[in-house]
Amino acid sequence: MNWSAIRAIYVFEMARFFRTIAQSLISPVLSTSLYFVVFGAAIGSRIQEVEGVSYGAFIVPGLVMLTVMTQGISNASFGIYFPKFIGTIYELLSAPVNFLEIVMGYVGAAATKAMFIGIIILITSFFFVDIDIQHPLAMIAFLVLTCVSFALFGFIIGIWAGNFEQLQLVPLLIITPLVFLGGSFYSISMLPPVWQTISMFNPVVYLISGFRWSFFGLADVPIVTSLLAIAAFTALCLGAIWWIFKTGWRIRQ
Amino acid sequence: MAPILSIKGVRKAYDGGFEALKGVSLDIEEGEILALLGPNGAGKTTLISTICGITMPTAGTVTVAGHDIIHDYRAARSLIGLVPQEIALEPFEKVINTVRFSRGLFGKGRKDAAVEDILKRLSLWDKRDSQIRALSGGMKRRVLIAKALAHDPKVLFLDEPTAGVDVELRKDMWEIVGQLREAGVTTILTTHYIEEAEAIADRIAVISDGEILLVEGKDKLMARMGQKQLVVQLAAPLDTVPEALGQYDLTIGEDGQSLIYSYDTKSERTGITRLLQDVAKAGLQLSDVETRQSSLEDIFVSLVHKGEDAA
Repeated sequence: MNWSAIRAIYVFEMARFFRTIAQSLISPVLSTSLYFVVFGAAIGSRIQEVEGVSYGAFIVPGLVMLTVMTQGISNASFGIYFPKFIGTIYELLSAPVNFLEIVMGYVGAAATKAMFIGIIILITSFFFVDIDIQHPLAMIAFLVLTCVSFALFGFIIGIWAGNFEQLQLVPLLIITPLVFLGGSFYSISMLPPVWQTISMFNPVVYLISGFRWSFFGLADVPIVTSLLAIAAFTALCLGAIWWIFKTGWRIRQ
Repeated sequence: MAPILSIKGVRKAYDGGFEALKGVSLDIEEGEILALLGPNGAGKTTLISTICGITMPTAGTVTVAGHDIIHDYRAARSLIGLVPQEIALEPFEKVINTVRFSRGLFGKGRKDAAVEDILKRLSLWDKRDSQIRALSGGMKRRVLIAKALAHDPKVLFLDEPTAGVDVELRKDMWEIVGQLREAGVTTILTTHYIEEAEAIADRIAVISDGEILLVEGKDKLMARMGQKQLVVQLAAPLDTVPEALGQYDLTIGEDGQSLIYSYDTKSERTGITRLLQDVAKAGLQLSDVETRQSSLEDIFVSLVHKGEDAA
């Protein structure tokens, strides 16, 4: 393994994050606060509790997931798309590195950034609601796995994208609806039976359910199913990236 | 001694069927500077990109110090530094960080003294904390070279290093290449400036339409360039060279009204004085006299045209 290369990519990508640390943090903190005001205070005053948990606290895992998924995708997709856009990808392609090392550097940095912001959101939420995390280790594991898997997915989008519009297209048209319809702000059991069945085809449901279980011990789907779903998604993304580097699709002529 | 870079039968065909390289073979010795000369679209950048791993070859093999660029890519690529044609740099990063990044990417641990040395050699040390976007075009080119040298490569590719740069910077670049040669770095540069090839190369390879047309030592080419022609314009046309002038290797010009005499400018006696006297003795009347010198550019153009005609 070329550990120096992994470290170099990771440090270089993290430097980009720290250069814009203010924007990186202010935006998610502000939007989370708004979610608490809108969903927690306005809607929460009518819903009160979901399965014994106050609505304000109930939406926290969903909010964290919503943020880390979108951040993981946008950080990783931008991280690999930008070198393609400005032409510095030549250096990566001519370096003595394999696909796994490139992925570990870029995806590792993107996942770290997403996790960092996820933790900030969690800390912010403590100012609004009382939360008792029942399974902290499982919570961290779900957080890490989600950050990594969505950063992997973002990496694929970054390689696929031919322009900045395409870079935004998949997150906007596919990921955001899946995340919003994945139970971020409600329990799947609150939906009519037909929609409950449809929701089971949404992979995000499994992630949010598992993450929420680590907080409150409540889950829409069994925890093992959640873990299997996230493992399958990660494996699928890794397989796709392996194929991309093997064939040079969209990166190597 | 085995060549440090060995290219054998490399072909590159793109999906559309266009063949950018048509079986290129070339050996490059350690420590030499080879100029790859060719018109736009000849395949220079494609060849470099293929060797460096940016483009996959359709056929053929390339080894760097005996390491195959595909099967043993880690060892091969560790020995190569590439300075691309386009200025491609992360605009918001500091100079020193971007050089550190390159060093790490190529498998070398962080060593500030080595990075400092490179930046000083390229007159970038004062700019080490500047963001790339704040640098001039010339400085950015220096940063590209610093990045390519960050991992102490044995073979350096410079793809059109002086395209669009001013004369002063061009001479600076040549000086840098000279210093690298002293340090034992093998340099392959692509250029379409013949002056550049003349100034710094040991050998010149001419590529056109994806094929190597010539590989020759610069000195040999220069010797060819040393050939000069004296053209004696006559007042009346001639059918054959007069017997009295038989001792000279003369040819009759295409217009039939001139005699062409080739001579070596470096030889002690060019024979011009005696020839002109003998021409007068032979009763030929002169209307004009001119000299022509074949340049590397002439050789290049004629080679490229021959290549095109053959195709």
